[in-house]
Amino acid sequence: MWTIVRKDLAIELRTGEMASSMFLLALLMVLIFAFTLEPERLAGPEFLAGLSWTTLLVAGTLALNRSFVLEREAGGLTGLALAPIDRGSIYLGKAIGNFLLLLVAGVVLLPLIAILLGTRGLAPTMVLPLVLLLGVVGIAAIGTLCAAIASRTRAREVLLPILMFPLLAPLLIGATRATAGALVGESAGELQSWLLMLAGFDIVFATSGWLSFDYILEE
Amino acid sequence: MSESRRTWQDTILPWTTCVAMLAALFMVFVLVPSERDQGIVQRIFYFHVNLAWMAFGGFLLVSCASFWFLRTGSRRADRLAHANAEVGMLYTTLVLVTGPIWARPIWGVWWTWDPRLTMTVVLWAIYASYLMLRRLGGEDDTILRYAAVLGIVGSLDIPLLILAVRLWRGVHPAVMLAKDEDAGLKDPLMGWTLMVSAIALGLLFTWLVSLRARLLEVDEHVAAIHLEGVRT
Amino acid sequence: MKGLYYLFAAYTAVWVAIFAYLLSIGRRARRLEQEIEELRRS
Repeated sequence: MWTIVRKDLAIELRTGEMASSMFLLALLMVLIFAFTLEPERLAGPEFLAGLSWTTLLVAGTLALNRSFVLEREAGGLTGLALAPIDRGSIYLGKAIGNFLLLLVAGVVLLPLIAILLGTRGLAPTMVLPLVLLLGVVGIAAIGTLCAAIASRTRAREVLLPILMFPLLAPLLIGATRATAGALVGESAGELQSWLLMLAGFDIVFATSGWLSFDYILEE
Repeated sequence: MSESRRTWQDTILPWTTCVAMLAALFMVFVLVPSERDQGIVQRIFYFHVNLAWMAFGGFLLVSCASFWFLRTGSRRADRLAHANAEVGMLYTTLVLVTGPIWARPIWGVWWTWDPRLTMTVVLWAIYASYLMLRRLGGEDDTILRYAAVLGIVGSLDIPLLILAVRLWRGVHPAVMLAKDEDAGLKDPLMGWTLMVSAIALGLLFTWLVSLRARLLEVDEHVAAIHLEGVRT
Repeated sequence: MKGLYYLFAAYTAVWVAIFAYLLSIGRRARRLEQEIEELRRS
């Protein structure tokens, strides 16, 4: 499992093309929102939270799309599947790689968007990184599974968001609310229900992804 | 054995569906009294509510069939999953159509993001993504397995969805009280009408699924014949 | 009376949708039957 993570990271660190395109796409999305929705209207922690998660999701889809395509085309996936490792570990390896990429993106995007929107009155608490973490785990868990599914079809770039987005609805609802709360200083106690829901979401889908990969990779 | 079972579904099911549906419609339009505050429009409720329950239940059926398919590889299970998804989507669409039609005269707006409508939209999207996967997946057999995984994962999502939406939009906003007639069904006849409608819509669901599943079976036969023709 | 229009619209929508689905199933079934006939002949 860790070999997979290391391999993907090595590719990324060498070329950095995924991170840079994700970043650029996210930035452009913020611009689009600013142009179409009046930047002044986007003040307030709710918008900051919403915009951050939206851009993270869309930019992240870009990264997720690619996580299996390279393997599919080079036939590496069959090799992996035949290897004497637990199929679930392949999933975890890919998911962790995606998770790290998304986490870095999120850590960069949130402050950046806060600056661009000029949101005032922010008092971020320690809960904020926790929310970010929980949210990104969820996106990585579902996204990796859906990417594996979509990569086998011909319309894979279109199918990935179609599969992912509806499933991510609870996560998006929870992560945005919790982020907005954490940005204005709400404590973990106040945000408890959201945090628990997000944690539950992560556990359920990371587990199902791990379990179902046996069925996914049966070539 | 399967031949006789098909005949049973051919004769009894459509007729019972028909009878139940006629009974339900009679009750909804003739027998049951109008609700005091909402008037005649409230009668939409009898179908709308049941459609909603079955829309959600339908996906549960999809996931059960999907699970069965993954476990046993039974093509019949896969066909049932597919059929249930289509009919479930039909019902979900109808919930989303009848809902606003009911809401407009009562609340004055076509749409609100109240918990139930929000949930239903996402359910619709989940159905749509499942059906899209089956359509865009091509002739690949592996896609059937993928669809099954999606079916199961989707139904795991639904309780989390309900939780998230309830936390977000609240369980009983003031605007919901007008809709919560389950609590305020004055006349016992209303309860009966609701139940008869439930039976009618349930039988209809079952009948439509059986039709669709049979069509899928024939489809597979024909495809297999074609395949053999190509080989020889 | 306005309520009656909405009521009618809702139930019409239900019936139209159900019938449309049934018709589409019927159409596909007929097409498949034709295909089977052709295959049987050849």
